[in-house]
Amino acid sequence: MAEGVLEIEDSSFEAEVLQSEKPVLVDFWAPWCGPCRAIAPVVEELAATFGDKIKFAKCNVDDNPITPGKFGIKSIPTLILFNGGEIVDKVIGIVAKSKLEEMLNKA
Amino acid sequence: MKNVDYDLVIIGGGPAGLTAGLYAARARLNVILLEKAVLGGQVVATDWVENYPGFPEGISGPDLVQKMTAQVQKFDLKIETNAVISMDLSEPIKKITLSNRVITTHAIIIASGASPKKLGVPGEDIFYGKGVSACATCDGPFFRNRVVAAVGGGDTAVQESLFLTKFAKKVYLIHRRDQLRAEAILQERALANEKIEFLWDSVLTGIQGLTDVEKISVQNLKTGDTKEIAVDGCFIWVGILPNLEFLPEVVEQDQYGFILVDANMQTSVAGVYAAGDVRSTPLRQIATAVGDAAIAVFSAEHYLENVKE
Repeated sequence: MAEGVLEIEDSSFEAEVLQSEKPVLVDFWAPWCGPCRAIAPVVEELAATFGDKIKFAKCNVDDNPITPGKFGIKSIPTLILFNGGEIVDKVIGIVAKSKLEEMLNKA
Repeated sequence: MKNVDYDLVIIGGGPAGLTAGLYAARARLNVILLEKAVLGGQVVATDWVENYPGFPEGISGPDLVQKMTAQVQKFDLKIETNAVISMDLSEPIKKITLSNRVITTHAIIIASGASPKKLGVPGEDIFYGKGVSACATCDGPFFRNRVVAAVGGGDTAVQESLFLTKFAKKVYLIHRRDQLRAEAILQERALANEKIEFLWDSVLTGIQGLTDVEKISVQNLKTGDTKEIAVDGCFIWVGILPNLEFLPEVVEQDQYGFILVDANMQTSVAGVYAAGDVRSTPLRQIATAVGDAAIAVFSAEHYLENVKE
């Protein structure tokens, strides 16, 4: 079952992402970031397609500074694919939906 | 008549593509707009637009895109997120290969826009996302009370440097000439801004750091001297390159790769038009892109009347 895109926080990151049984795509974003707003619907579309095998999450970097700090994020949107607590792949900025599909197909 | 999928395919969903979509949908053409990533193009990364008529207070880039999108949706324009891989323009009925299928069309408007150009200096690629950026609205707030460098002297470089001063405590604006190319009003604001220090006649020659950007090398072209400056970020706005990885050679381009068109926005191939930043043009603005697009649809309609008879 696809669950949409889950909001995660610094406090829930460990449990929801690093300990997740399924691979997790985390969209690091902020309300002031135009391109982040633009890519959000694309991430939702991907969640509808890949939701069965991949968990989709988003992390507001304004409200949750610890997690993006830990991963050295200085540019958003950044999409990071985690599996088994490790980074599998990372995309910075806006890229073609087909590139994101390729990345998710590898998960 | 042969079975053809579309009258018109519009490639790209920035201001030019959306305007072409608006006019084509209102002309009741059988049309589809293809966007490979997100609608709005470079405008979604533009913090503030003050020179597009109709918005006396100015409008944020993303908000303007939202309004343009709402307007085309009102006329039921078909929009698909899909990337164009290649085009076959050898027959009047043109074939476009997408990431998942091939479609056919009588006419095409290429409005695929452009992307920020790289400088090609050492460190630029490895520090991308670690202090190197081309998007102030995405990354500016990460540099609150930090020192950043910006490279360029055109509208984008000056406008976005001004935006960066809202966050950074200092912005070094590096420009290879001794005066800016940006709009006069932007120049006035930048020259009056105490947070901006201009490094005239200078070029960025390298970006260094351990894991993230820590310093840059800047060479003065007049004296030949190179100095190192400690910065936390480096924004690069030195022009754009057209997004044309799918373009066949038969479509003529200028020396920089932008598509050559006539006054009707027609390219060297009948039935193929170009509009906006992707075409060879002396000025690239939202206002010019939408004008190009309206003309391109008008020309495409004439073409379609003839070929479909």
